[in-house]
Amino acid sequence: MAFNYDKYLRLEKMPTLWCWGCGDGVILKAFVRAIEKMGVSQDDVCVVSGIGCSGRFSSYVDFNTVHTTHGRTVAYATGIKLSRPDKLVVCVGGDGDALAIGGNHTIHACRRNIDMTFIIINNFIYGLTNSQTSPTTPKGMWTVSQKAGNIDPTFDTCDLAIASGASFVGRESMLDPKKLEKLFIKAMEHKGFSCLDVLSNCHINLGRKNKMVSAMENLEWIDSITMPKKKYDALSEEEQLNLLPTGILKQDTEADEYCDMYAEIQKAQQGLRKPISQDDFAKKI
Amino acid sequence: MATREVISTGNELAAIAAVDAGCKFFGGYPLTPSSEVMHEISDLLPKVGGVAIQMEDEIAGICCVIGAAMAGDRALTATSGPGMSLKAENLGLAQMAEVPLVCVNVMRGGPSTGLPTRVSQGDIKQASNPSHGDYRSITLCAGSLAECYTETVRAFNLADRFMQPVIVLLDETIGHMHGKADLPTVEDVKTGIVPRKTFDGPAEEYFPYECGPTEAATLNPMFTGYRYHFTGLHHDKNGFPTEEIETCRKLIQRLEDKVMAHQDEIESNEEFMLDDMTGEEGEVLIIAYGSVSLAAKESIRHLRAQGIKAGLFRPITIWPSPADRIKHFTDKIKNVLVVELNIRQYTEEIERASGRLDLEGLYKVNGRAISPHEIVSKVKEVF
Repeated sequence: MAFNYDKYLRLEKMPTLWCWGCGDGVILKAFVRAIEKMGVSQDDVCVVSGIGCSGRFSSYVDFNTVHTTHGRTVAYATGIKLSRPDKLVVCVGGDGDALAIGGNHTIHACRRNIDMTFIIINNFIYGLTNSQTSPTTPKGMWTVSQKAGNIDPTFDTCDLAIASGASFVGRESMLDPKKLEKLFIKAMEHKGFSCLDVLSNCHINLGRKNKMVSAMENLEWIDSITMPKKKYDALSEEEQLNLLPTGILKQDTEADEYCDMYAEIQKAQQGLRKPISQDDFAKKI
Repeated sequence: MATREVISTGNELAAIAAVDAGCKFFGGYPLTPSSEVMHEISDLLPKVGGVAIQMEDEIAGICCVIGAAMAGDRALTATSGPGMSLKAENLGLAQMAEVPLVCVNVMRGGPSTGLPTRVSQGDIKQASNPSHGDYRSITLCAGSLAECYTETVRAFNLADRFMQPVIVLLDETIGHMHGKADLPTVEDVKTGIVPRKTFDGPAEEYFPYECGPTEAATLNPMFTGYRYHFTGLHHDKNGFPTEEIETCRKLIQRLEDKVMAHQDEIESNEEFMLDDMTGEEGEVLIIAYGSVSLAAKESIRHLRAQGIKAGLFRPITIWPSPADRIKHFTDKIKNVLVVELNIRQYTEEIERASGRLDLEGLYKVNGRAISPHEIVSKVKEVF
């Protein structure tokens, strides 16, 4: 039987603001299926989003939802999670949201390793506001703010997350919704900060001047720049250039989770354990 | 009402007050001269099962506080002028989405990095509208050590009553002042807590932003079975984005009116040695707030000893301003001296309230406190 999404959608908000052929809807559906499979009550889930096309994600799904300011998604979510560590908190942001204006928050959420999932919908452009350069826009592409071609070096979302200390890092594109759904489940079930680079198309505002005017052309381009991690790892460094590995790129189940650590602070301040010292971490250094 | 005597600093008293008022979350970033609020509360909150977190920047500090408040906690942040500038956008979201929180601003010299360790009252105008757009800020200003405590407690109750941020202004002098304060007992503070109202009917009948034209939103804590949406966009009764003309107009008008229609619940002033003022020639009305009012009171004792009948009007609720009381006294008393550690920031509001443009002012912007002697000299010079 076909999956019934109605229970998880705010049907009165349909149709979405997203353009025809946009990948964001595919990602939303994969997320909803992942929640259903995990068996979490809608009342126990909070979805926090930022600004941009991805920012509207939170208003379409029937959970506790927050549409925050530009780039501040994970900072809001940090307060929610610390206030209610027993709940499932999921952040959704765009590439501009998570890596440009909100880059600092992304880095520090990874570093703290707080138990949340950050779905970064990466369409390589500022789509909602008409094609300005984002931190992931490939060099040489046309953008409305760099009509002679983008010269800004690109960020690799996953490299950034790994270097910043996220304990779960993964990448998939919306080309394979089944894989995406599985990645969502693994990320949300992981204890710690999970950061996901989810590639999506924007044929309207990335594609229109970069020879990808249809969704299919844009998706073919995404397909051409991605490769499963196993195959990617077998390539030489030169062959790896301009390719993005997909799948789970890092998973550390031993890393200390922030809410758990804070519970130790509470115990220490309440006299239920000795103060935390460097010795407590010695075995891990 | 029973009281207790404590010896502490203004910043520490603000932190202690927050915890006594039921605050369970603090998020912030170190910023001189406010940092002691964070130092103190990061010790206190874990003891009562709360959380204090030092975030990566001022913006994250206010954002996580808003998040915790959405989840249902009483939540606090503390900063100084540069941090207020950074927090402004998200204070605007809390105004728009009607999320209650308390923001303590321990004022230092500005603009920009200014005079980090020196006193100022330069953030008075900023406090009235830190963010862009239309809304009514509620801003309280402590004029004594005890008020660092009592006004912080009051701020939490006002935040939950009006469902919006409440700013508590201290200044460097009062924040770092160390001394004795007579405080209400913790029991009295706890008895006085009025939590935000909640809806307990069936979920399908719950509309968080559906309320009368002068009422605040009813925002149930998250995860309690009432699923709705927070946004900084114009929104409908369920919290969902809308551009519908009447809904947009009503929302912004309500953000204004929910405060202005209930000013009697918010206003608080001190009238010091004004009882015997009759309006006769030679009487002097001094208007001052915050730490400056301490110097003003001392100067009034000196002036009276010298035969000059002077008194002080001190707004404790700075915004919305006590315009009616200001007019009452400025109508009655001809000689008015406004004393501020800025250049005319509140004087302009007093001019508006009084309709008078002949107010005298004593303004100081070099990072140093105003002494009673300076006020006495100014009174003698101009009146």
